[in-house]
Amino acid sequence: MKFYEYMGYELIEKIKNKELSIPELIESCFHRIEETEQILHSFVALSKEKALEKAKSLDKDLEQGKKIGQLYGLPLANKDLICVKGFPTTCSSKILQDYHPPYNAFVIGKLVEQEGAIHIGNTNMDEFAMGSSTENSCYGPTYNPWEISRVSGGSSGGAGASISSGQTILALGSDTGGSIRCPASFCGVVGLKPTYGRVSRYGLIAFANSLDQIGPITKCVYDSALMLEIMSGKDPLDSTSVDMKVDKYTEELSKPIEKKILGIPKEFFGEGVDNEVESAVRKAIDKLESLGAKTIDVSIPHLEYTVATYYLICMSEASSNLARYDGLRYGNMSDNLSGDVYDVFSRTRGERFGPEVRRRIYLGTYALSAGYYDMFYIKALKVRSLIKNDFVEAFNKCDSIVCPTMPLTAFKVGELIDDPLQMYIADVLTCPVNLAGIPALSIPCGFDSNGLPIGFQIIGDYFDEKGILNIGYQLEQELNIYRKMAPAAKGGK
Amino acid sequence: MSSQKNEVVIGLEVHIQLTNLKTKLFCSCSNNYRGAEPNSYVCPICIGLPGSLPAINKKAIEFATRLAIALNGNINESIYFFRKNYFYPDMSKNFQISQYNKAGGKAFADGGQITIKLNSHKKDIILNRIHLEEDPARLVHKGSIATSPYTLVDYNRSGVCLIEIVTEPVISSPEEAREFLKQLKSIVQYSEISNLDYEGSVRVDANISIRGHERSEVKNINSFREVERALRHEIVRQKNLLKRGKLLAQETRHWDDKRRITISLRTKEFEADYRYFPEQDLVPIEIDDEFIQKVKDELPEMPRERSIRLRRDYNLSEFDSDNLVLDKDIADFYEDGVNSDASFGPDEYKQFCNWLMNDVSRWLNEQNKTINDTKLHPHQIVDLIKYINEGKITTKIAKTIIKDMMEGFSISEILEKKGKKRISDEKLLNKFGNEVIEENPNIVKDCRKNPKAIEALIGRVMAKTRGQADPHITRAIMLELLKELGIIT
Ligand SMILES: [Zn+2]
Repeated sequence: MKFYEYMGYELIEKIKNKELSIPELIESCFHRIEETEQILHSFVALSKEKALEKAKSLDKDLEQGKKIGQLYGLPLANKDLICVKGFPTTCSSKILQDYHPPYNAFVIGKLVEQEGAIHIGNTNMDEFAMGSSTENSCYGPTYNPWEISRVSGGSSGGAGASISSGQTILALGSDTGGSIRCPASFCGVVGLKPTYGRVSRYGLIAFANSLDQIGPITKCVYDSALMLEIMSGKDPLDSTSVDMKVDKYTEELSKPIEKKILGIPKEFFGEGVDNEVESAVRKAIDKLESLGAKTIDVSIPHLEYTVATYYLICMSEASSNLARYDGLRYGNMSDNLSGDVYDVFSRTRGERFGPEVRRRIYLGTYALSAGYYDMFYIKALKVRSLIKNDFVEAFNKCDSIVCPTMPLTAFKVGELIDDPLQMYIADVLTCPVNLAGIPALSIPCGFDSNGLPIGFQIIGDYFDEKGILNIGYQLEQELNIYRKMAPAAKGGK
Repeated sequence: MSSQKNEVVIGLEVHIQLTNLKTKLFCSCSNNYRGAEPNSYVCPICIGLPGSLPAINKKAIEFATRLAIALNGNINESIYFFRKNYFYPDMSKNFQISQYNKAGGKAFADGGQITIKLNSHKKDIILNRIHLEEDPARLVHKGSIATSPYTLVDYNRSGVCLIEIVTEPVISSPEEAREFLKQLKSIVQYSEISNLDYEGSVRVDANISIRGHERSEVKNINSFREVERALRHEIVRQKNLLKRGKLLAQETRHWDDKRRITISLRTKEFEADYRYFPEQDLVPIEIDDEFIQKVKDELPEMPRERSIRLRRDYNLSEFDSDNLVLDKDIADFYEDGVNSDASFGPDEYKQFCNWLMNDVSRWLNEQNKTINDTKLHPHQIVDLIKYINEGKITTKIAKTIIKDMMEGFSISEILEKKGKKRISDEKLLNKFGNEVIEENPNIVKDCRKNPKAIEALIGRVMAKTRGQADPHITRAIMLELLKELGIIT
């Protein structure tokens, strides 16, 4: 077995037992990247030298008996919108080319500085996290390791592909309407979107700030729980982060789930959900029942309005969040500086933002404009609270909700890029979770007839990451497909 | 309300920096940016770097609460912020974090008032609201905006806490506006939230109309002093247009303080749409009654209460006490002074007030200084009053030495420096003494009954010598002369 075929927690044991050194692990990881990156294109920038340097220094510390943190030098791939001090962080956008943040995001401080993970590079994404396929990147798409003609999902497509191909052991993503769970589903890996406020957003470059949340993308549930334990908690620099005890998620995983009540929302199995997806998800539910969990029907009656609501809110917020990119303070300006300051701002933004980002800025600006604000933005906020209530009601009856993550498996590169509406509808099962602000986990539960992974979504009540990780872990162990590597990962082109 | 022809209607939006805060509104950079190297007081938050988030300065909430209480406004239970979206090079994020009282938003506090007095008429200027917001960066031009080949941006000011006070359109003249701002400045000073004497700490927008006609909004009035000027100009401009039968347009105008005119910036149809919407990076701050009570209990004495107390404690007139309390530092100076000498009574209280409000204040105004900018110490005014009352100097001389006292010199030092050395030549003083006795038979007569009348004679000698006579020797000589004349024994 190659090192990259192991889970993170197994590698930690090997390092502790001196079966493996940290530099060996990092070397092998860059070797793996060299093997696969040409076809996958998961990364937008690598930090090989620094990573190897840190590996050596951690190794030395370890030999001298110093504490090196809980992550023992595991490689971490960072999504290209989480700030790493001095490292280019570009949101896969032309407008932030050569931008080197002068500070670390909260999560980088925790995982890398404090607990000894090694940042190996930044992964590809849809520009400013706007998309479900990673095709909207200024660097071009990331391909799916299971079948390279297909998308890796989005917007954290690079992260999903890097995990499923063994290029890294740990990855960070961000999820605004499904951006962690969609690539996790399409790439057959584990993706967790925590409760809004569980993880500090300080240093996460905003797309839609009332929806964004950082979360882990990993090979298995245990690694996800381990990362979340470290990343969670109150950060005084993020007012929306919540001061609430962080559970020992890893210690809760093996608890039996026989008393759990799982809610099955009929709307999540409706029209548009692929038959093979539905049947795989239903089979997984049967497995959970065989482990003793009970199932009941629940309803999220406002699901049909979620895509419209979600897009109104995220575009409105994006139109304001992305206003700062004018080329004046950082990033770059248009080469043509003629005219007044407004001409230069407009030209810079017109040239340097991609078409999807521009589309969302236009629509969001429109939705917030005088005369339309009440009709669109205010109405969307009202529907958002109805959707929230739907979930609150459902969680009065059940512990967690189970359903598909995506209504379909990975589609072909280029298949939906000219049909933005179809692309938006693909978020229908993930974005209600962001509107409600609750946590959700996606784990692989099987494959369709093309051999493409199918994602199983477990949605939890506010701050019940413990509960969904527990169910996810039990299902993962029962299904026992989590060690299956994507074909691209086997070295085949 | 009277419906006079050409009745003027003015509403003010006053932005003041809370200069007494240590840090900016949403980050921990120093608030005290004045004089600092450009772009040295900045961090990812106040220059709006990608990924940074605002975190509220709790002290700013306390300061705003203080002001809201002092202005008698209604503080909202839940404080939240809105984004005001517009592109401008002084904006680090191209939106300003502010508060809004529409679109589901609420101001920091609603209502309130300031009572002004003009020509002994009292009037309540009703406030619409107060709210908090962040200051944009400072644009620096070489020379004037029009001729500068470039614009420099200094983000040291970016994110400094502003509080905006919005009046109802109830101000009827530039003089009322002036009085309103005077009182506001005083209340801000007493609340210990800001020093509005700092350059750039105040910016005013004014809505002006002639009743029945469209209003204009004059922006960019950068000091309280300019407000009255800008209002006067704008009223004349509007009235002249009406006189010529023209229609007034609803428009935004810019106050050009160099040329002292207002210039049209844009008309109504080109008004910016700020797309206000909630700032979700900040969670609502709950303000409970307990907090308000605590701030109230700790609130320093306000000018109005102080004026009442000064009237009572020092027997001052309402006019005097109202004027005296306007500047807290002056009022503190006053109380320090009059309380430092046990011999002082109502006459001296009044004298001290007069010196302070006339000669000292006039000098400060001329120099554009505050009392704390000078080295003047209250005991110098105490000495001055004693010198006068003891006849050592005349009021006329006293007036001439005030300037030097501002530099911190004592009266005796000044008199000496001015070449006003004491005359201790007994022969010479004898001569002056005899002259004074001859010239003032009535006072001399008075000396028979009133032992204090001798002071008046000594005073006359002092006057003749322009205060240079040695008071001790003069006294001895006068006693001797009066004894010789058999006036006293
Ligand atoms: Zn700052």
